[in-house]
Amino acid sequence: MKRIIITVVGQDKVGITAKITQVIAECNVNILDINQTLLQDIFTMVMLCDIEECNVDFDIFQQKLEDVGREIAMKIHAQKEEIFSYMHRI
Amino acid sequence: MNTSFDYAEIMETIHMVSDENLDVRTITMGISLMDCADTDVKKAARKVYDKICLKAKDLVKTGEEISRDFGIPIVNKRISVTPIALMAASSRCEDYVIFAKALDAAAKEVGVNFLGGFSALVHKGMTESDEKLIRSIPRALAETDCVCASVNIGSTKAGINMDAVYTMGKTVRETAERTKDNGSLGCAKLVIFCNVPEDNPFMAGAFHGVGEPEVVINTGVSGPGVVRNALKNHPDLDLGQMAELIKKTAFKITRMGELVAREASLRLGVPFGIVDLSLAPTPANGDSVAEILEALGLERCGGPGTTAALAMLNDAVKKGGSMASSYVGGLSGAFIPVSEDAGMIRAVNEGVLKLEKLEAMTAVCSVGLDMITVPGDTTAETIAAIIADEAAIGMINNKTTAVRVIPAVGKSEGDMVEFGGLLGSGPVMSVSQSKADVFVRRGGRIPAPIKSLNN
Repeated sequence: MKRIIITVVGQDKVGITAKITQVIAECNVNILDINQTLLQDIFTMVMLCDIEECNVDFDIFQQKLEDVGREIAMKIHAQKEEIFSYMHRI
Repeated sequence: MNTSFDYAEIMETIHMVSDENLDVRTITMGISLMDCADTDVKKAARKVYDKICLKAKDLVKTGEEISRDFGIPIVNKRISVTPIALMAASSRCEDYVIFAKALDAAAKEVGVNFLGGFSALVHKGMTESDEKLIRSIPRALAETDCVCASVNIGSTKAGINMDAVYTMGKTVRETAERTKDNGSLGCAKLVIFCNVPEDNPFMAGAFHGVGEPEVVINTGVSGPGVVRNALKNHPDLDLGQMAELIKKTAFKITRMGELVAREASLRLGVPFGIVDLSLAPTPANGDSVAEILEALGLERCGGPGTTAALAMLNDAVKKGGSMASSYVGGLSGAFIPVSEDAGMIRAVNEGVLKLEKLEAMTAVCSVGLDMITVPGDTTAETIAAIIADEAAIGMINNKTTAVRVIPAVGKSEGDMVEFGGLLGSGPVMSVSQSKADVFVRRGGRIPAPIKSLNN
């Protein structure tokens, strides 16, 4: 299993999750967990995904997410999970 | 298999990177050039070029891949090499600029922005090779773009080599003259050290020490903006609690550096050396060490209280950072380069931060008088005296100190000098007119200090 974290931040609107999960499904990336909150009008979503079976290279997957992020005016990051676990835990 | 995650931790990391300028400042590859020595200078220069190009060919690409995978900016990819005065000693030539040019060409070929190691270690005395190297420094820095030079003129064990100090005062002046059309930029690439560390990944003082392996990866982390914001979000804490907050923040910053270093080491097949846990400011808004001190409660950096606040900051960074990394080294502490820190520049322009206060600050923090622009007519003797003062602080306190001072030719107090990029812009600071010429010209060595009978 190769775990990554996808974060999505921006103004709330209709269809954010739909657009993003479509890209994730197209690339054959499995979603393991999702957390989503709305603070005032700011939408924040964090997804834990497995890219083991991803059908494109990680940088291309990142690029696809960035493209859809631009389209719906949201900031989307996809990062390997270690950066978060390493930074906050011993 | 744990498939949960901590939402708050993830968003904290994202926020640090996107809003608080958190980054890995540098991945620096140290490369030994000991096996490049040759009596034929052209052959030696060729070996230097070839070895660097071979060992560092994937450095930049790997740095960019790690940056993309983890979503962490890695600002600089750099190289440090064996002090050229050691490597070049057997070459039959008088002028070492040929080596500087080979280093510069190699740096450009592999795509790094700086390469350190046009260096000599002369704290007790100079070899013929050291003398040749130091004579070559002004031209080497004027005729190359990426090469950085450093000279160690003192240590706690050896004392201070005052002949070398005076020579370096003259070398700084000549470098300033040779690069005067460019804001005397050459001096920004020249550091004079006392107690120099052999594994420092930060420029301009990086070199690959003689006790180091063939090739090694060192990283330097940064993150003044993160520390400042953490303090600003908790304005009511007492100093003990603030120190605790700085420790926790430094821990997180350093962990990131450790991960990047280990990953780079793995991907490049090169041993991991150290993480330099430093707070290195940039000219970017909010990425300032001076502003951390102001967040601790000072009206301006440079006023009374500054040394105490900086001492606390520096110590807390070390405590937090050393927990986060298995190997800590380099300079490790808060940097206070004036031209690279918007808060320092503001404090100088407002007349609050003076050279003398900076000198006091260097007694309790990392490195020394760094990126300080002084009037263009400052004499070699005065610069040498400034170097000697700074070296004395390092020698007595058993710590690294350094001087990177720029006598900006044609500029006087109050002018601004633009260096560009990470080097920023420096306000020309006032220097005392009182002369130390007789003291500096005496030469000889200041003996090593006694380390008992402390007071």
